[in-house]
Amino acid sequence: MAKLSLSDLHAIREREEKNLRKRDIHGKTIHVVVAMGTSGIDAGAKLTLNTIADEIEKAGLENVIVTQTGSAAPNPEPVVEVYSPDSGLVVYGSVGSAEAKRIVAEHLKEGKIIEDLRIELKDKEQ
Amino acid sequence: MGFKNYILVCGGTGCESSRSDQIYHALIDEASAQGVADQVQVIKTGCFGFCEQGPIVKILPEDSFYVQVKPEDAKELIAEHVVKGREVTRLLYNKAPHKAYEEVEDIQFYQKQKRIVLRNCGSIDPENIDEYIAAGGYKALEKVLFEMTPDDVIAEMKTAGLRGRGGAGFPTWMKWNFTKQETNPEKYVVCNADEGDPGAYMDRSTLEGDPHSVLEAMTICGHTVGAHQGFIYIRAEYPLAIHRLEVAMKQAREYGLLGKNILGSGFDYDIEIRLGAGAFVCGEETALLQSIEGHRGMPQPRPPFPASKGLWGKPTVINNVETWANVPEIIVKGGEWFASIGTPDSHGTKVFALTGKVCNSGLVEVPMGTTLREIVFDIGGGIAHGKKFKAVQTGGPSGGVITEANLDTPIDFGGLQKIGSMMGSGGMIVMDEDDCIVDVAKFYLNFTVDESCGKCAPCRIGGKSLCNILEKITQGKGEESDIKQIEQIAHAMKIGSLCALGQTAPNPVLSSLHFFPEEYEAHIKDKKCPSGKCKKLISYEINPDKCIGCTACARKCPVGAISGEVKKPHKINGNVCIKCGVCKDTCKFSAIEIH
Repeated sequence: MAKLSLSDLHAIREREEKNLRKRDIHGKTIHVVVAMGTSGIDAGAKLTLNTIADEIEKAGLENVIVTQTGSAAPNPEPVVEVYSPDSGLVVYGSVGSAEAKRIVAEHLKEGKIIEDLRIELKDKEQ
Repeated sequence: MGFKNYILVCGGTGCESSRSDQIYHALIDEASAQGVADQVQVIKTGCFGFCEQGPIVKILPEDSFYVQVKPEDAKELIAEHVVKGREVTRLLYNKAPHKAYEEVEDIQFYQKQKRIVLRNCGSIDPENIDEYIAAGGYKALEKVLFEMTPDDVIAEMKTAGLRGRGGAGFPTWMKWNFTKQETNPEKYVVCNADEGDPGAYMDRSTLEGDPHSVLEAMTICGHTVGAHQGFIYIRAEYPLAIHRLEVAMKQAREYGLLGKNILGSGFDYDIEIRLGAGAFVCGEETALLQSIEGHRGMPQPRPPFPASKGLWGKPTVINNVETWANVPEIIVKGGEWFASIGTPDSHGTKVFALTGKVCNSGLVEVPMGTTLREIVFDIGGGIAHGKKFKAVQTGGPSGGVITEANLDTPIDFGGLQKIGSMMGSGGMIVMDEDDCIVDVAKFYLNFTVDESCGKCAPCRIGGKSLCNILEKITQGKGEESDIKQIEQIAHAMKIGSLCALGQTAPNPVLSSLHFFPEEYEAHIKDKKCPSGKCKKLISYEINPDKCIGCTACARKCPVGAISGEVKKPHKINGNVCIKCGVCKDTCKFSAIEIH
């Protein structure tokens, strides 16, 4: 008996390919930035970030890259920025776990801007 | 759980010797300590190639390329980059935060490279078979076992036109075909991982960074030619490569990708590792086979060639590591794809270990046909410390020097031969104006003399005699008849030696003599070493116009050869001076000159 059949090998490849592809930096079109300064983390940005990362994984989105930046105060944190070729730069404020799920489902997946979460970015105070 | 950041830590031998293993563990520990272990995956990969700047740490998805990282930097990398999302500028290669998605390929070192052999080095964890499979690994084996006949495989390899990367450039498909046509039911497949050229580490890095590519290729060959056993002959001084191979073989066996009935195809195949003691001559295929059999590693007359009578007298395919690593890509992407890369004479790419006096030493893979100038000046960043380029030695101790005049020659098997050097396995040592060409020739000759197995007289005695003559020349005792004698001995070695070691040993001398006759003449006639390298031919002197009498050199001189009054020009006593050069390094006024 062969230890691994052809279909076993395909299953491993399919499963692992997904993980490996996440490391690929090519072909990413949507860029999500979570403000993770001290004030952002205090406001719960870590949960926001984890939720976004998990939801992207669940939805199987492969063209999204998530990075983080420093403080976005004085804006209502947690602040999440989404850049995409279609909608340009959109900034969302007070993004908790529930809002994060909406961003992934509505904006990242369907390309719809969520107007009720949207804020105008105010410049940082020096 | 979705990871947000992926941290790739170089686990090649170069970076490991600069503590990259500690960096790897420190990053994992710091990620837990700072509460972000769930956001980041730390992966130890194979060689990134940019060894000059190691240890290398790359963080994705930002593609931040951190260089010369120390274990102590782990805390800051996690705190700044992962927790706060700010790049640690001081550790970045270009010292400036890059704009979103400027890619690593933008670094000049990587721009002209094309990675086929090193396709997975620096991007997957070599100790995890799943990552190799994910990157397309074992797809080629699958294709060979279930979709292709052995004849199809040979035809594909023929279309690809892959030539042996060990140095000789023999068409790989032909070797396979010879063995395939043999009727003997017992056949073997051998991987030559006995890389021995000074400064060469291509095969080592390939095995360390992507061991499965070689295992897969050897299995493909086994199925094609009808062999059921493979051997990897690797030198014991490559412990990391051996370890990764062992891990890879264990994982492959667990998955049944080695062993009985591979993937249910009914094909049985396994591989064993044989350790060599590091004799250079065992890189020669017949000597290597002798060594695997347990005999003293000495070359045997050919024919018969190993393809018909090899290991234990059975038909044997023997290829070098880099050749093997190309095979799975050829099978998956097709021979025509491979043939479209490179030059008509030599298809595909070649990996070079670029070392010596260049700014960016490291492992580079370029398409055949790239010029030496591109490798040395574009990828290598030119000569270090603003010195002048003198020559490149390719082909190791069997090759020759290439000078400024030939820098624009496209590199392929034929091209290098035409200009008096050879491809060799891929060592590339760059020399600058401070290197004495006679001294370099002496170095290589000493190497081959040490490594000669002693079987045939032209190599054993000829090599030693050549060495003595070069020694005499660098001692200032050279005579004009020496040149003639060098040529005679070299000729005898070339025609009289059994294997390539002896046949090619005189090459570095002959080629340096051909390109730099004036330097030999300076040593012989004027008793001068223009590069100031041969100690017997130089003297250190103090320029009285520049010396201010600070006494710094006199205090540093280990033999007390420098004398003089304070604030007055000093003098070096040539009879006492041991020419160690400490005074020259000490002097802040460039007053000490070599004559």
